[in-house]
Amino acid sequence: MIEDPRARIVRYFVIYTILTVGAIVMMVPLLWTVSTSLKTRDKISIRRLELIPDPVAWDNYPYLFEALPILQYTRNTMVIVVASLFGAWVPCTLAGYAFARIPFPGRNIFFGILLATMMLPYVVRLIPLFLFFDEIGWTRTFGPLILPRLLGHNAFYIFLYRQFFRGIPEDIYDSARIDGCSEFGVWWRIFMPMSRPVLAAVSIFAFSFAWNDFLNPLIYLGSNKELWTLALGLNALQGFEGEDNSLNLIMVFSMLMIIPMLIVFYFGQKHLISGVTAQGSLKG
Amino acid sequence: MAQASIKAKPDQSDATWKTRFQEWWFRNRALIGFAFIFPWFAGFIIFDALPFIYNLYLSFTDYQIGTRGVPPWIGFENYIEIFTDDKLFGKSMYNTVYYLGFSVPLRLIFAFLVALILNLRVRGMELYRTLFYVPSVVPLVAATVIFAGFLNTRYGFLNQFLVLIGAAPVRWLSSPDAIKPSLILLSLWGFGGQMIIFLAGLQGIPEDLYEAAAIDGGTGWHRLLYITLPLMTPTIFFNLLLGLIGGFQIFEQVFILIGTNGGPLQAGLVYMLHVYNKAFRDFEFGYSAALSVILFLIIFVLTIMLVYTSNRWVFYGDAQDDDS
Repeated sequence: MIEDPRARIVRYFVIYTILTVGAIVMMVPLLWTVSTSLKTRDKISIRRLELIPDPVAWDNYPYLFEALPILQYTRNTMVIVVASLFGAWVPCTLAGYAFARIPFPGRNIFFGILLATMMLPYVVRLIPLFLFFDEIGWTRTFGPLILPRLLGHNAFYIFLYRQFFRGIPEDIYDSARIDGCSEFGVWWRIFMPMSRPVLAAVSIFAFSFAWNDFLNPLIYLGSNKELWTLALGLNALQGFEGEDNSLNLIMVFSMLMIIPMLIVFYFGQKHLISGVTAQGSLKG
Repeated sequence: MAQASIKAKPDQSDATWKTRFQEWWFRNRALIGFAFIFPWFAGFIIFDALPFIYNLYLSFTDYQIGTRGVPPWIGFENYIEIFTDDKLFGKSMYNTVYYLGFSVPLRLIFAFLVALILNLRVRGMELYRTLFYVPSVVPLVAATVIFAGFLNTRYGFLNQFLVLIGAAPVRWLSSPDAIKPSLILLSLWGFGGQMIIFLAGLQGIPEDLYEAAAIDGGTGWHRLLYITLPLMTPTIFFNLLLGLIGGFQIFEQVFILIGTNGGPLQAGLVYMLHVYNKAFRDFEFGYSAALSVILFLIIFVLTIMLVYTSNRWVFYGDAQDDDS
């Protein structure tokens, strides 16, 4: 079929117009954030639209580090991130491996439980967990935030690993076992190195969920400023309508939270799709 | 006895030894299997099973701050109070369903349409995909704080832009009529996550199906209706289910944008905010647990209903998966 060249041009024109307008609309809030983060204090209270800041207040960025304990917030957030990555790399892969490759009695039942917990809304665990951690004196500490993560308490990651591991040919597993490799050895020497896409995808999830977590730090660390994470610090800086004279600093802080996420996604982008969609894991 | 067993052994054939070893090995493997899932299972007991049961129990008690020892059992009183006395229960449920009713379908439609266009293999598709996706990468707290500024009545971009083009500014976050639309707007900004899932699904549709349709003289419209859409129903179902489950539990955006009271006339008081307030502001843990059980039941019934009706419209045609 040969398309009429004029129809072709019209078609492309329509497509690119829709895409470009859509992309601009999507990017406007972010461009505005960058622009506001570089405005001086008296410029933000001008009620006229001004997209390019004049003068450009680069000082806002170092100033935020002086005004708020940003490094401390970052360190606290990283404690949670590291616990999350450890859980995603060790206990979760081991469980995924067992579900995919080791036949043990009741495996299907355990796997059913795993799937069921993915559907369990957080809200029914919120209050008992708070009362429990309060009882053992762990509120105002990192304990409630890192213990579940260290144990790899995430059914979604285990599920993704299991789906990926099932796609690794049986022959590879068998020959390794015949050569005298232990179950642990197969996991460490063969499955882990072969699973880079899914490891990368899960690592991105683990990083971003820990980096973005708000409700848990709010409940457990809200009253302990020493252990505040970036998300809590940003929330505290933000006032409700009416008291907006630090809008520029709020946007500086937002940028500090966004940039690491952009870097992580930039490097992991290609694995994110291949790791998650491989083996049809979305269809379960 | 010992001598008897020594005598007995040489009688056994090699085959029995082999099976014995296999049995032992199988049990050993099973132990390794259990060891590998142990951390997850321990977490499941401590962080899922026990809290779930305890939450159910709490919902039948009058557990408040200062309650010492065993909280007093009050039967269904919390539930009765919720359904007969609690004005905020109805209000917060209405707000949540209102939010869901718009944000979930709109996000699905946007995500699907944009994915369709990006799947046309236009030049520069990578760039456009990134531009549409980047807002979804923004941490929720940052996205919400940005929107708080963006929608600010006086200094926000949106109103300044409206004034520039001669329209009337809107009190996005302080007028009861605009709060829910603002929340929906914020949720739409993050449609990129679903878009990527759709895009991955679209790229998984075998090319030869389209070629076959083209040979048979199918138009683009036919291809969309009879190939793309049916093959995408599992992905649509997946996104719909997760969207609904997540939407019912919307919390952080509202907490940050308008505070725990839910703004003027409590137009933004969503269900989770009500649960949060009852537990962590009023310290009525028993009552709050009852509220959470109701939300759980709603989500549970909805999930079952969706999965049940999905047989009628979700098409699992490709049998290449060997999943049991």
